[in-house]
Amino acid sequence: MGELIWIFVSAMLVNNFTLVLFLGLCPFLGVSAKVGTAVRMGGANLFVLVITSLTASFLNAWVLPHAPYLRLISFIVVIASLVQIVEMAIRKLSPTLFRELGIFLPLITTNCAILGLAIFQTNRGYGALEGLSFALGAGAGLTLALILMASIRERVELSDVPAVARNMGLVLVLAGTLSLAFMGFAGLFTT
Amino acid sequence: MSPRVTTPSEDFLRGVWQENPVLVQLLGLCPALAVTNTVANSLAMGIATFFVLTGSSLLVSLLKSWIPREVRISAYILIIATFVTMADMILAAVVPEIHKALGAFIALIVVNCMILGRQEAFASKRPVGRALLDAVGTGAGFILALLMIGTVREVLGYGSFLGVPLFGETFEPWIIMILPPGGFFTLGLLLLAFAAWEERKVERVHPRHWPHGVTVTVETGGDAHG
Repeated sequence: MGELIWIFVSAMLVNNFTLVLFLGLCPFLGVSAKVGTAVRMGGANLFVLVITSLTASFLNAWVLPHAPYLRLISFIVVIASLVQIVEMAIRKLSPTLFRELGIFLPLITTNCAILGLAIFQTNRGYGALEGLSFALGAGAGLTLALILMASIRERVELSDVPAVARNMGLVLVLAGTLSLAFMGFAGLFTT
Repeated sequence: MSPRVTTPSEDFLRGVWQENPVLVQLLGLCPALAVTNTVANSLAMGIATFFVLTGSSLLVSLLKSWIPREVRISAYILIIATFVTMADMILAAVVPEIHKALGAFIALIVVNCMILGRQEAFASKRPVGRALLDAVGTGAGFILALLMIGTVREVLGYGSFLGVPLFGETFEPWIIMILPPGGFFTLGLLLLAFAAWEERKVERVHPRHWPHGVTVTVETGGDAHG
């Protein structure tokens, strides 16, 4: 149990996917202008990460030992198809949930955070339970980073920013500052 | 809707500077920030991406009339993933220590949106020669951007260039530049510098003339109630 909690906290804070490992930067920079959208994007990401982790555990246990060179291709194809199926299911079962999360699903299937999770999980030799904890931590970390960024950007929107900084340059410097803050978690477990 | 007619040199040069994938279009940022803490790593990542992009563009352009429209994205991804697997194996065999330093980010070239973007926007619609020119230009632009970021980070963070010390014993390295925040700061400041440069160019062409007697007051953000 302690191991699982450690993996969760480590993926969420110490090795935050966005701010420390640079995974999933496209949604982080693209969909972080409003807090509401950021929360929904984070939720959709968490959802796909959990599906990805389960898929990767299954493929690692049953398929890939026989054909290791197909790792990359099979991860991408299986995850993309599975997310597509889940998206169709959600659209039928709960149109409300689909409006909230569904529009982001196709966007994040080929996001580096998703494939990154599958690859890291494989490289570190996580089993199904550890992988699940890893995915939940990574998803929570992504959501946290998105919400923090969106809150700052909503505030910047109302400030008198010099014309040169009205594009992505300022957002990246802000991201650097956030990342610097997250560096503070690096010593969390080394006592 | 027919695509705008372009000359071969335009196809090539556009990707290098004017529409640079990293510095202008902000595509492929994950590798551009994650592995650029030294010049050698930047170069290896740049060349691997260049190889995948050129190979995929060539193949997509050759196969474009056989790929059905409905499944084209999946087909592009399969082609890209094949080239990435090749690049991964070649790097592991030829330069094992760099392959280790880049780690999972080699595999993550598959989801570099810049590569998929070039297939969808260009290679699937143009003849082979033009698709190759476009891929070579965009790939060169990607290498250029990675080298710029990598040079700033290695020179400040380690005080060296390609492993050769530059400043002697007394230099205190800026550790932050080789840590993750350094990546964000370097690219952010580069973008701000380019924006400032563009602004000055625009102002030189159309200088701002205020009518006589008009004073311009700038409000500070905090106390603007409204």
